[in-house]
Amino acid sequence: MQIFVMAFVIGGLICVIGQLLMDLTSLTPAHVLVLFVVLGGVLSGLGLYQPLVDLAGAGASVPLPGFGHALVSGTIEEIDKVGFLGVFSGALKATAVGIMAAVIFGFTMALLFNPKG
Amino acid sequence: MKKKLGSQSIRFEQPPIITSTATIVGPMEGEGLLANFFDYVMADNINNYASWEKCESYMIEWAIRKAVEKDNSTLENVDYILAGDLLNQLMATHFAMRSLGRPFLGLYGACSTLAESMLIGSTLLDGGFAEKIAIAVSSHHDAAERQYRFPTEMGVQRPPISQWTVTGSGSAILSAMGEGPRVTTATVGRVIDLGIKDPNVMGPAMAPAAADTLLCHLNDTGRTPDYYDMIYTGDLGKVGKQLVIDLMQEKGINVSANYEDCGCMVYREEQDAHSGASGCASSGIVFASYLYPLLKKGDLKKILLIGTGSLHSPTSYQQKESIPCIAHAVSIEQ
Repeated sequence: MQIFVMAFVIGGLICVIGQLLMDLTSLTPAHVLVLFVVLGGVLSGLGLYQPLVDLAGAGASVPLPGFGHALVSGTIEEIDKVGFLGVFSGALKATAVGIMAAVIFGFTMALLFNPKG
Repeated sequence: MKKKLGSQSIRFEQPPIITSTATIVGPMEGEGLLANFFDYVMADNINNYASWEKCESYMIEWAIRKAVEKDNSTLENVDYILAGDLLNQLMATHFAMRSLGRPFLGLYGACSTLAESMLIGSTLLDGGFAEKIAIAVSSHHDAAERQYRFPTEMGVQRPPISQWTVTGSGSAILSAMGEGPRVTTATVGRVIDLGIKDPNVMGPAMAPAAADTLLCHLNDTGRTPDYYDMIYTGDLGKVGKQLVIDLMQEKGINVSANYEDCGCMVYREEQDAHSGASGCASSGIVFASYLYPLLKKGDLKKILLIGTGSLHSPTSYQQKESIPCIAHAVSIEQ
């Protein structure tokens, strides 16, 4: 039960920050998207994001900073395994499921529906 | 007789007559404050076309044909069509003109295009270069969002200061002869840019241009605001409208008694249009559907219509340029 509450609280807080950025600054949704992914990556590199994922599970890994975290932590792991080449291969290996899911669902929808407007 | 008046204005010697108008709008406008005044309300924003842009093209063509029909005239009698819209290279207008087949001059004044076309059309008529001119403007919410901001499919949240681009088209027939209200004077605006960069706050960006043109019009004609029953700006919205009142007050002129903005006359509060309506069709449909019949009946005798346009482009926005704005005024009297 604890993990559900924490997922709700942490995930919700991340979304509140995004909403406030859009309401109080002139940042567009595209700015916020990029900012959050980069921020997740930076926090991950500093070792600050993994504790958040341990605490809140999907509440921290599903929102945008979670993607930045996956990119960076995947790269670090891969560097540990294969060395310098990991800089190039680690990020996409770690996020392959998410990226391929987007490609496959996007492709399927494009086959099934015609855009209107 | 010299027709130039003061520094930026024109007095028409033989004031052209607005002999008919026509409007077509989308469903949201059809449920708004002017619901009962439109000629045709489409069932949806696309009207079975493949794209928003094609639908907009259809609207402007429909509005011109309807205005000609209501004028008991035919397209062959229309000497020129002056029209424009908001899309790059006047896409909606140019595609509509393919089937209308009349001499045509495309105008881009952004949302000031109705006043601009009325001004130029009246000049052509007063100069004796034409007997009958059709003017028309259009805008389409989804097409404009796609070009200027984000595609609507992205579901981007709109800030409270933003305005809602009107889906619709308004057209009018200007004639040298006939019955109806007349275009008596006009003031050509100058481009004013006070440095606002956010394409969501166009009303406040345009307000200084509107105030500049209004002030210039009053100076050139020697009139005071109470000469007019009503002064209307095109699409400043709630925030921009208040700014015009404040800016005029700073110059010692009180317009709060007889000034309204067309952008505040299209949608109901609960329709979530936020700061009001915008787009070429904002002043287009308000004038053609609501103000024109009032002028014709005599419920309004003298109005000043100030079309307001923000002249930025999607490219200028991406290059972080500010928004140059313009306002043109035409006075229409019974």
